[in-house]
Amino acid sequence: MSFLTPESGWADMSEPLSWAAIFGLMAKQFWPVWVALVVTFVLSFRFKRRLGLYGKLFDSPVAIIGFAIVMFWVFTALFANIIMTFDPLAQLGSVKNPLPGAVVPDGAEGQYKWFLLGGDHLARDVFSRMVMGARQVLIIAPAATTFAFLVGITLGLPAGYIGGRLDTALSFLANLVLAFPVILLFYLLVTPEIRNTGIPVALAAILFLIPIAFFAILFQSRFHTSPNKRNLYVGITLVLGLWVYSGLAFNADPLGVWGMDPNLLNVFVSVVFVNAPTVFRIVRGIVMDIKSRDYVAAGQTRGETAWYIMLWEILPNARGPLIVDYCLRIGYTTILLGTLGFFGLGVTPESPDWGSTINAGRKLLSMVPHPAVVPALALMSLVLGLNLLADGLREESLKD
Amino acid sequence: MLAFVIRRLGVMLVTALVLTFVVFFLTNLPPNLEKLARSEGSVRMTDAAVASWLEEHGHTGSVFYRYAEWLGVAPGWVNTDEKGVTRGLCIGQRDDPALAPKFCGIFQGNWGFSTVFKKTVLYSLGKSMAATGWLMLAVMVVMVPIALVIGVLAGMREGSRTDRVLSTFSIATSATPEYVSGVILVALLASPATGLSPVLASWGWIGGKTLFMGTATSAMDHITFWNFALPVATIALYGVGYIARMTRASMTEVMTQQYIRTARLKGVSFRQVVLRHALRNAMIAPFTVIMLQFPYLLNGVVITETLFNYKGFGWMLVTAAGNNDIEMLLGASVVAVIFVLVTQLISDIGYVFLNPRIRLG
Repeated sequence: MSFLTPESGWADMSEPLSWAAIFGLMAKQFWPVWVALVVTFVLSFRFKRRLGLYGKLFDSPVAIIGFAIVMFWVFTALFANIIMTFDPLAQLGSVKNPLPGAVVPDGAEGQYKWFLLGGDHLARDVFSRMVMGARQVLIIAPAATTFAFLVGITLGLPAGYIGGRLDTALSFLANLVLAFPVILLFYLLVTPEIRNTGIPVALAAILFLIPIAFFAILFQSRFHTSPNKRNLYVGITLVLGLWVYSGLAFNADPLGVWGMDPNLLNVFVSVVFVNAPTVFRIVRGIVMDIKSRDYVAAGQTRGETAWYIMLWEILPNARGPLIVDYCLRIGYTTILLGTLGFFGLGVTPESPDWGSTINAGRKLLSMVPHPAVVPALALMSLVLGLNLLADGLREESLKD
Repeated sequence: MLAFVIRRLGVMLVTALVLTFVVFFLTNLPPNLEKLARSEGSVRMTDAAVASWLEEHGHTGSVFYRYAEWLGVAPGWVNTDEKGVTRGLCIGQRDDPALAPKFCGIFQGNWGFSTVFKKTVLYSLGKSMAATGWLMLAVMVVMVPIALVIGVLAGMREGSRTDRVLSTFSIATSATPEYVSGVILVALLASPATGLSPVLASWGWIGGKTLFMGTATSAMDHITFWNFALPVATIALYGVGYIARMTRASMTEVMTQQYIRTARLKGVSFRQVVLRHALRNAMIAPFTVIMLQFPYLLNGVVITETLFNYKGFGWMLVTAAGNNDIEMLLGASVVAVIFVLVTQLISDIGYVFLNPRIRLG
C-alpha cells in the first residue's frame, strides 16, 4: 500500500488526482470496512451450518453479493467517523463544485489534501457527506421499517385470525391509507406548520404504543400460567417501553436519554404510517392461510388463548415471507426517505442524507454532475444490495 | 357481478369522501390559513386583522361544515362587512349578490381559484393533466411491452442463464428510484461536460452540445424524441423491473402445469407451447399489477416532472403544496385520489373478467 501514501512522492500534493488514484485512496480510506467485512465473512463461512437461516444465506451467490453490499454500507455507517476525510458540514475554500480529485485550497497541516469525489456548491466534501449520509439512512430506515412491521403484525394477526367486523374495519383503514398518493401524504404530513398542531405527536403517541402492546401481549399470553415469570417479563417490557415511549413520542424522558428531533419524529411517523398498511395486508393474508392448519386446530383444542395461538403458533410459522419482505421494505423505506429529502421535506438543508444531497446537486446537474451522482449511486447500491439479499433469502427459504 | 361492482363503487365513494376530508382538514389547518391570510392580505397584518380576514372570507366555523360547503352540499357562506360589501363563496367579484346561487362546491363545478397560477383551478388542472397524460401514455407504451417481454423470456425457462441475467436486470431497475435514474441519465446523456455527449460532439455526430435535452420544458409545446426520451425512460425504468418480475413469477407457475407438459409430450414445439398455451394464462396476474402500478406511476411522475421541469400534474402538485395554494392542492388531491381508486376498481373487475376460475357469490 506504500505507493498510495503521498509521502512516497507518487502523488504530487499540488496536482489533482487521476481516477485510478482516487479509487486507490478511497479504497484505503475504507479500510475499517474491509477488515470488518473479511472478519464477518470468514466467521460466517466457518460456522455456517450452525447458524440456521443466516447460515443458509451463504449457499446462494445472489444472497452473498447482496449481503456483502448491505454489510459494506452498515460498516460504513458504523465507522463513518474514521472513514470520512472532512467534517461533512465544513466549507473548504471558496471554489464552487471542485472536481473529483481536486486539491483542497490552503490545507492546514495534518488535514486531508484532496476532495476525493469533489465538492458541492458550498465546497463541502462530497465523499465525507456520502459516508455520513449512510449513517443517517441506516439509522432511520431499519428503525422505521421495524416499527412498521410491529404495527402491521399487531393489527394484522387479529384481523386475519378473528376476521369479521374487526377485519372489515381494519382493512378499510389500511386501504384508506394505501389509496393516498404517497407524495401528497408527505406534503401534507411533513411540513413545519403541522408540528404546531400536534398531529405528528398524536400519531406517534398511537403508533409507538403498539410495539409496547405487542411485547406485553407476547409475554402475557406465554407466561400467564406462571405469574412470577409473567410479572417479571411484562414488568420489564412496560418499564423499558414506557420509558423509551415518553422520550420518543413526547420528548419528555425524565432521564433525558431518549429523545427525537421534532423534524425527525415527523419524518419517522410518516414513513411508518405509509408502510404499516402494506405489512398489515401481508400478515393478514398469511394468517388467513395458516389458520386452517392442523397445529392451529390442535392449539385450539388444548384450550390455548387466541393471542397465544396468533403470537406463538402462527407468527413463527409466518416468518419466512416476513423476513424476505422486511429486507425489501428497508430498501423501499430508503427510497421513501430519499424522496422526502429530494423534495426537501422534514430535513435541515445542511443535512448530509442522500436524498437532500441529490436535491441540492440537481440544480447544476448538467454542468457538474458529481455532487448529485455520488449519493445517487450510493442509494442505488444499498437498495440493490437489499433487493438481492431478499431474493436470495426467498430462494433459500423456498428450498425447505 | 353487478352486485359486486355496485358494492365496490359504494366502498370507493366512501373512501373518496374520507380521503378528501382528510386532505381538506390537513390543508385547512389554522397555521396554513394564517399563512394564506398573510399572503393574500398583507404580510404585516396583526393577529386580530388575520382573524377578521379569515372571518370575512369564510374560513372560520366547523371544519365539517366548511368541507360540506367546499363539496357543494351545504349552502356557501355569505358575509357583509361594515362597508356594505357582500362577499360569498358563490359571489364573484362583479356578480350581483342577489343573483348568486346558494350552493357552489366542486359538485357544481366551482373548484376555486389558484393563488399561485392566478387562474381557476379547473383550467390549471386541465392543462397540466393533458401534459401529464402524454407523459404517462409514452411511459406505458415503452414500459409495458418491454416488461412483458422480459418477464416471459425469463419465466419460460426458469433457472436458465437468460433467466438469471434478466432477473438481475429487473432487480437492479427496481432498486433505482426516479430521482436516481434521472440524475444518472442526465449525467450520462444530457450533460455537455460529462458522459457521452462531449465524446459524440467531438466526433461531430451530434449537432448541439448534448445528445438529449436535460429539461423537458419545451415538450410542453412540442414533444420531440430529444426532449421527451429522458423523462419517459426515467419513469419507465423503475416500473419495468416490478412488472417483469410479476410476469416472470406468473409465467414460471404456468409453465409447471400439467397441460403444458401434455402439450409438450404431444409434440407441440416449445415456441408454440409458450405462445399459444402458456402466454394467455400467464397474462392474468400482470394485468392486475400493471393497473396497480398506476398509483406508483403518479409518484414517479411527480419526481420526474420536478427533476425535468415539465409543467404537468406532478410539477403543479409540488408547486401548489410548496406555496400553500390550498384550493389548487385540494383540486389536485381530488384528481389523484379518484385516479388511484378507479385504477384499483378496474384492476379488481378486470381480474375477475380475465380469470374464469373466480366466481363471485
